[in-house]
Amino acid sequence: MYAFEYQRPATLADAVAALTRSEDARPLSGGMTLLPTLKQRLAQPSELVDLSGVPDLQGVREEDGALLIGAFTRHADVAAGETVRRRIPALARLAESIGDRQVRNRGTLGGSIANADPAADYPAAVVALNATVRTDRREIAGDDFFTGLFETALEPGELVVGVRFPVPDAAAYAKFRHPASRYALVGVFVARFGAEVRLAVTGAGPSVFRVPEMETALASDFRPEAIAGITVDADGLNGDIHAAPDYRAHLVTVMARRAVAACG
Amino acid sequence: MACTITLTVNGKAVTREVEERTLLVHFLREHLGLTGTHVGCDTSQCGACVVHVDGRSVKSCTMLAVQAADCAVTTIEGLAPADGTLHPMQEAFREHHGLQCGFCTPGMVMSAVDLVTDNPDPSEAEVREGLEGNICRCTGYHNIVKAVLAGAQAMRSADTEAAAAAE
Repeated sequence: MYAFEYQRPATLADAVAALTRSEDARPLSGGMTLLPTLKQRLAQPSELVDLSGVPDLQGVREEDGALLIGAFTRHADVAAGETVRRRIPALARLAESIGDRQVRNRGTLGGSIANADPAADYPAAVVALNATVRTDRREIAGDDFFTGLFETALEPGELVVGVRFPVPDAAAYAKFRHPASRYALVGVFVARFGAEVRLAVTGAGPSVFRVPEMETALASDFRPEAIAGITVDADGLNGDIHAAPDYRAHLVTVMARRAVAACG
Repeated sequence: MACTITLTVNGKAVTREVEERTLLVHFLREHLGLTGTHVGCDTSQCGACVVHVDGRSVKSCTMLAVQAADCAVTTIEGLAPADGTLHPMQEAFREHHGLQCGFCTPGMVMSAVDLVTDNPDPSEAEVREGLEGNICRCTGYHNIVKAVLAGAQAMRSADTEAAAAAE
């Protein structure tokens, strides 16, 4: 690991100031991607700004019928949190399926979405639940937040403060896990809000995406059979030693059907 | 650059100067001489380095020592009581031959204790799921799972006895 400076600010303002002061400073949240990256010397930040001491980034609360989850909330706390389990159980189960126990004990919601790994689980929930990402300076709609492979709408120095998740009438997440890493080869999150259905896919493409044709079909008939014949184009999907693009395209329909079935 | 950190390790307060980039596992092994915590991979996958930080299992190779400042860390050396007997989970690993070469064992035991603390009566499937972050290259999982189930039962009995003694 290359040398860097380190600080643990106690307020959001101090954290943002530290990140703005130096363009090579990086925020450190759970560190589950950043620290392995540093260990491999694949990044060389001048300074790490540890967010663990900032109270504004912590906790889960209900707000106007939605759930506001602080960016620093760890996966284990989303998974076990009484409020999340009661209001959006699919989100708690998604958090419980991330990585392994030790990753869930450290990794955070804000870190995961800011990193925007194409195989991360949370992006599917952020988009399907029509969530809003709150930063230190503005609100960003979930649909606009993820812009590409490891790319988000965040500006340099901009920090995710929390995510506001509207509570759906029904929701479920189904993923086909890579057997070793537990990352999603394909993960589908489906959410129904009254007559509207939103469905988002992670793992399959460079970034999370919705499947409007499935959403329309499910809006008029919310059953797995309604989307059995709908497939996504394999062009542009991810291909690697684990799964070719056409296999991932096939998995999208299978996981979407499973997610709808799991809504009960 | 270096900074001074204070933390609790196995119940004792420790203050040391460390480089910012020092990993917690290297701090434990090289600064404190607690070599029971192992390094088995360079990629945060194997779990040989699992310790408890504020009661939760973490991979100490994927955490900086400075991040553990003001925290309470428990390593495998701090698990057994001072009287020289083994922790019930360690005893279960010995009894059920839950190790072959033993390299992964400290991490396995620390993960298992955390798992059972959260879920005192896990099913076999829950134990296997709960040990996802720990790799054993002797392929000894079968006996490890048996050991964790037995260790969980022993920890439940110990809790019951402690509760009875308290009444």
